[in-house]
Amino acid sequence: MLSPALVIFISVVYLALLFAVASWGDRRAAAGRSVIGNAWVYALSMAVYCTAWTYFGSVGRAAQSGVWFLPIYLGPMLAMTLAWLVVRKMIRIAKTYRITSIADFIASRYGKSPTLAGLVTLITVVGIVPYIALQLKAVASGYAVLTSPLGAPSQQGADWWRDSTLYLALALAGFTMVFGARHLDNTERHEGMVAAIAFESVVKLLAFLAVGLFVAFGLFASPAALFEQVRAVESLQALLRFDQGQPFAYAQWTGLTLLALLSVILLPRQFQVMVVENVDEQHLRRAVWVFPLYLLLINLFVLPIAMGGLLLFGAGTLNPETFILSIPLSQGQTALALFAFVGGLSAATGMVIVETIAVSTMVCNDLVMPWLLRRKGGLPVERGDLAGWLLGIRRAAILGILLLGYGYFHFAGEAYALVSIGLISFAAVAQFAPALLGGMYWRGGTRRGALAGLLLGFVLWAYTLMLPSLAKSGWMPDAFLQEGLWGIGLLKPETFLGLGGLDNLTHSLFWSLLGNITAYVGVSLWRAPSASEASQALLFVDVFKRTDQATPVFWQGKAQVSALMPLVARFLGTDAALRLFLGYAQRQGLSRVEDIPGDGRLVQFVETQLAGSIGSASARVMVASAVEEETLSLTDVMRILDEASQLRAYSRALEDKSHSLERATHELREANHQLLSLDHMKDDFMSSVTHELRTPLTSIRALSELMRDDVDMAAAQRQQFLEIIVGETERLTRLVNQVLDLAKIEAGHAEWHELSVDVRALAQQASESLRENYREAGVALALDVSAQVPNVWADPDRLTQVVLNLLSNALKYAPRRTGQVSLRLREADGGIDLEVQDNGPGIALDQQAVVFEKFRQVSGDAHYRPGGTGLGLPISRQIVEHFGGHMWLRSKPGEGACFGFHIPLRTEPLPDTTAEHTEPNNEPRRPKT
Amino acid sequence: MTQGLKTQRLVALFFAGLVAFNFPLLALWDHEVEVLGLPLFPTALFVLWAIMIAALAWVMERDGGAPSSHGP
Repeated sequence: MLSPALVIFISVVYLALLFAVASWGDRRAAAGRSVIGNAWVYALSMAVYCTAWTYFGSVGRAAQSGVWFLPIYLGPMLAMTLAWLVVRKMIRIAKTYRITSIADFIASRYGKSPTLAGLVTLITVVGIVPYIALQLKAVASGYAVLTSPLGAPSQQGADWWRDSTLYLALALAGFTMVFGARHLDNTERHEGMVAAIAFESVVKLLAFLAVGLFVAFGLFASPAALFEQVRAVESLQALLRFDQGQPFAYAQWTGLTLLALLSVILLPRQFQVMVVENVDEQHLRRAVWVFPLYLLLINLFVLPIAMGGLLLFGAGTLNPETFILSIPLSQGQTALALFAFVGGLSAATGMVIVETIAVSTMVCNDLVMPWLLRRKGGLPVERGDLAGWLLGIRRAAILGILLLGYGYFHFAGEAYALVSIGLISFAAVAQFAPALLGGMYWRGGTRRGALAGLLLGFVLWAYTLMLPSLAKSGWMPDAFLQEGLWGIGLLKPETFLGLGGLDNLTHSLFWSLLGNITAYVGVSLWRAPSASEASQALLFVDVFKRTDQATPVFWQGKAQVSALMPLVARFLGTDAALRLFLGYAQRQGLSRVEDIPGDGRLVQFVETQLAGSIGSASARVMVASAVEEETLSLTDVMRILDEASQLRAYSRALEDKSHSLERATHELREANHQLLSLDHMKDDFMSSVTHELRTPLTSIRALSELMRDDVDMAAAQRQQFLEIIVGETERLTRLVNQVLDLAKIEAGHAEWHELSVDVRALAQQASESLRENYREAGVALALDVSAQVPNVWADPDRLTQVVLNLLSNALKYAPRRTGQVSLRLREADGGIDLEVQDNGPGIALDQQAVVFEKFRQVSGDAHYRPGGTGLGLPISRQIVEHFGGHMWLRSKPGEGACFGFHIPLRTEPLPDTTAEHTEPNNEPRRPKT
Repeated sequence: MTQGLKTQRLVALFFAGLVAFNFPLLALWDHEVEVLGLPLFPTALFVLWAIMIAALAWVMERDGGAPSSHGP
C-alpha cells in the first residue's frame, strides 16, 4: 500500500514531464526542426491504439478467457499489411482536400454533406464517450489498488467533489486544451502532442515489459517454469487452448479480428495520428511493420502476467484487470508497482488527449458550425476574428466530452468490465467502414446510401449491443432483453430474428454491418448520384491519378477575390489570409492579389483553406454564400472531367514531343560536332601527306640537280646519290600505295577476299619472310604459338600485312644485337590473340594514346626516327577492325612495347566480303585515337 | 512495375495472414503440447505473428526511399 500523496505526486510529476515533452515538440516545430518528421515517432504515435484497455484490460481478458485477448491485436496486424494501399490513400486524400476528421472525410466524399458529417459526429460521440470513461475508470481503479490494502474492496460513495477521478478528467481536459486547441492551425496538426504521445508509448511499453519480466523471470524462475505450474491446474490449462467449449468459436474469433482490423483505422484517435498528423507519406513505410511489432511486444507478457496472478492469488479473489499492479505490490515491489501505474496513466492519458482532440474537432466543425451557419441571425460575430470563437468552441467541446466521459464512468462504469466497454466502442466506429472504405474505391456510393447505411448500422448497434449493456447496468428496464421489444420474441436484442448461439459482440457486429452494407449499397444503386456526389467521388477514388494541374475543378459561376479574401480573413485572420492569397497569386504567375481570376480554381482553393478550419461541409456553405454559383448537372460534371482528361492528354503529348525534340537536337549537335572534327582531321591528313611527300621529293630533286650541274662527279659519288634517289622513290611509292590503301579501306572500297585462315601457319610464314632482316640486325625472334589455335575468317593477305607490320615495327625498335622479339599466339575470348613483344625503349605514356594515328612515328627517343611512313599501324588497325577485332598497345617506357590484336571467331564470312559501299549504321567512322 | 509488385506482395501477405489466423488452420496448433516448456497454441500464434512482421518489414523496406508518385 502506498500513500495517496505519493501516488498523486508521481502522477503530477509525470504529467508535467509529458507537458515538457509536448512543449519542446511545439518549440522545435516552431523553429522549423520538427521532431515528428521521423518514421519511428510516427510509428510510436500509432501505438496510442494501446490504451488503458490494453494495459489493464488485456490481462483481465487473458485471466478470463486465455488466448482470446489476441484477436484484438491480430486485427491491426492484418490491417497494417494493407495500410500502404489504404491508409496511404486516406493520407493523400486528406492532405489534398485539407480533411481533418473522419466525419469530414465521409461528408466530403459524399458531396460535402453537413447532414452526413453531423451523423458521423453523433455516432462517434455516443460510441466514444464510454471509451473515455473506461480510461478514467482504469486510472481510478489503479489508484485505488495502489492506495488501499491488497484485496480490500475499493472505497465507494465519497462525495462527488472529493472524487479524484473528476479532477483527473479536469486535468486532462486542461492538458488537451493547451495542446489541442491553443491556436488555430488550418491543417489541424499538433506536433507537440504527437511528440508527447510517442513518448508515452515508450513509457507504457517499458512499464509493461518491466512487470512482465519480473513475473516471468523474478517471481517464477522462467516462463517455462510458470507454465509448468499452470499445467498442474486444470482450469488454467484450458485457458491456453483455442477451443474453450464455446459454440461458434471461429465466428467469434473472426468477428473480433475484423472488429480490431476496422477500428485500428476508424477510431478517431487512430485517424488523427495516422492521417491528420502524418507529415510524410513515406513514414508509413516503416510504421507498417514497427506498429505491429510494438503490439507484439506489449502483448508478449500478457499471458504470463495473467497466469502468474491467477496462480498467486487464485481465481476470483482479486480483479485480474489490476494484476499488473497487485502482483508487484504483493511482492513488496512498490517502485515497480508505481512504474506500472505510470505506464497505465500513460496509456490512459495518451488515448484521452488524442481522442478528445479528434472528437472535439468533429463536434466543432460538424455539429456547432453548421448549426451557427444555419441560424437565422447568421454567425454571432459578423465582423472581425472568428478564430478566437472557433477555439472557444473547441475548448468547450473538449471539456464537454471529458465531463460526459466522467459522467458515464460515475453512473455506469462500475457495472461493466473494461474490455466490454472497449468492444462496444469498437463496434460503433466499425459502422463507418462501408461508407468510408467503400467511398474510397467505389464511385457509385451516394450520400443517401451512406446516410441509410450509417443510420441502419447505428440503430442496430445501439439496439443489439449498447442498450443491452445499459440494461444490464440497471439503467433501464431489461424486459425487452428477456421478451423482445413489445413482447415480440424475434426482436430480442441478443438473438435478433432468432439468430442464436453467437456471443453478443459477434451477433451485434454481424447484424449492424450486414444492415449497414446492404443499405449503403442498395440505396446507392437506387438512384444515380448527383453532380456534387459524382464529382467528389471522382476526386476521392482517383486521388493517385491526378496531379495539381490535371485535377478537374467542378465549379462554375462568378467569384470575386474581393468577396473571398475577407471570408478567409474572418476565420484565419487578415495577415494569414493575405499571405495565402499572395502565395496563390505567385503560383499563378501574377504579381498582385487583385489580378487573380475569379474562376473555379480560386473557389476550390478558398474552400480547401477554409475546410481545414471549419470542415469541408461548413466551408462549402460559407463559400457558396460569397459567390454566384451555377448549379452543375451530371452532364456538366462529365464535360468538365472530359476537358480535364483531354487537357491531361494534351499536356502529356506536348511533353512527349518536347522530349523527342530535345533528343533530336542533342543528336544533331553531336553529329555536327563529329563532322567538324572529321573535317579537321581531313585537313590534318592532307597536310601530313603533303609534308611526307615533300621530304623525299626535296631530297630527290636536290640530288638530281647536284648530278645535273656537276658533270665531273665521281662515279662512286654518283652511284651513291642514285641509290639514295632510288630509295627515296621507293619510299614515295610505298607512301602513295599506303595512302591509297588506307583511303580505300576507310571509304569501304577495299577488296577483301575472305577465307578460313590458319593463323598459326600465317604467323610462321610471316616470321620466316622477315627472318633474314632479323638476322642482319642481330635481333632474336622467338615464336610462342599454342598448339591449338582455331581458324578465323579473314583475308589472309591483309592479315599477313598486319603481322608483318607488327614484326617490322618491333625490329625497328629492338636494340641491335641484344634485341629480342617474341610473337605470341593464343586462343582467347572466343577468338585469337596475337601479340608481338619487343625489348626496345618502349613508348612514352603521352605517345601511347596517339600511336595509332596516321603519320605518327613514335619512339622513346625523340631523335630516333626510323624509316617508315607512319601509316602501318593505322592500316593494321583498320584491317583488324574490319574483321570485327580490336588492337592494343601495352608498354612501359624502358621495358619494351607489346602490340597485339584480337580477332573473334565467326562461323561465316561477312555478308559482303568484296566491297562495303555504305557504313553499317551511318555513323561517321570514329576518329583514330 | 516494382510498385505493382509491392502491392501484390502486400495483398498476398494480407490473405496469408487471414488464412493463418483463422479457420481451419488455427486448429493445427490447438493441442496440449509444449514447445520448450511453453504452451503450443499461444506460442504458435506469436511465432506466426513475428513471421508476418518480418515479411512486412522485408516488403516495405526493400526498395528504401524510392519515390512513390504512382498510385497503388
